[in-house]
Amino acid sequence: MVLNNIEKLLEKYENGETSLKEEQQLKNYFSQETVAPHLEVYKPMFAYFLVNKQEQFTKDVPLKTTRKFNYKWISVAAVAVLMLGFYFGSTLGQDDLGTYDDPELAFNEFSKSMEMISSKFNKGAATVSYLNEVGKGTSTLGYLNEVENTTRIIFKTY
Amino acid sequence: MTQKEFLNIVMPFKDKVFRLAKRLLISTEEAEDATQEVLLKLWNNKVKIAEYKNVEAFSMTMTKNYCFDKLKSKQAQNLKLVHSNYEEKNTPLQKQVELNDSVNWVGKIIADLPEQQKMIIQLRDIEDYDLDEIAKMLDMNNTAVRVALSRARKTIREKLTNTHSYGVK
Repeated sequence: MVLNNIEKLLEKYENGETSLKEEQQLKNYFSQETVAPHLEVYKPMFAYFLVNKQEQFTKDVPLKTTRKFNYKWISVAAVAVLMLGFYFGSTLGQDDLGTYDDPELAFNEFSKSMEMISSKFNKGAATVSYLNEVGKGTSTLGYLNEVENTTRIIFKTY
Repeated sequence: MTQKEFLNIVMPFKDKVFRLAKRLLISTEEAEDATQEVLLKLWNNKVKIAEYKNVEAFSMTMTKNYCFDKLKSKQAQNLKLVHSNYEEKNTPLQKQVELNDSVNWVGKIIADLPEQQKMIIQLRDIEDYDLDEIAKMLDMNNTAVRVALSRARKTIREKLTNTHSYGVK
């Protein structure tokens, strides 16, 4: 009687026509210890479904509250900086160009700086002076010409 | 939406997402990654969650799409070391062991099914979803789902009968 019912349900099941309730009935039947021998085939199938329902996701999900940066505020800040810049730019406008009003003072400062330039220049020139030595060396090499002269004479005699 | 509210929505179906991902991707690690990815996507779009009619169905669809992308991607073309073709050499002695073995067989048979049937078997027989819900999740019509389901169930039964009657595979 029950078996008959189960067989009918199985046929419907294979056609995909069973409701969830009827499938539950089937699952219950096949989770028993003993089932009819000719239906044994179905047992592992339903057992598999049951076992697989147990599997769980155990890994953590890192949920970060990502604060979205609002780019509107960047423009606000930029405008504020610009305004401040203009404000202080106009109030602190008396800029110092480093010029002198008194001609004598100006002349003194000028000659001072020229003096400094010349002293530094001399220092530089002094270190280059030893290049004269090289000139001397090359002038002594001049006597090699003499050798050349004599060889020319020798070759002429032949 | 706070983290707690979000978790309350997500907790009931996160395992289902994971199992569907695992059914498609086979490897547990990949399935875990997929689940994480899906949940994070949901979290990042949490503002819109209220607009979704059915967050669960939406997540399942998302999982399906994500897994398909994964399967299609270059990464998945590498040969993977998955135990889908692993066979036990020892002959099972006890009935319990035998049963366990054939339970594992069901898993292998399902792994051989086409992707769509795999998903439908997963959603219907393991997660107990309504046919209409499945149709919505997979973007199919109701009859197509029914046909695919019936085909998958028949295939599983046939292959199981074969392994049983031959004794050994």
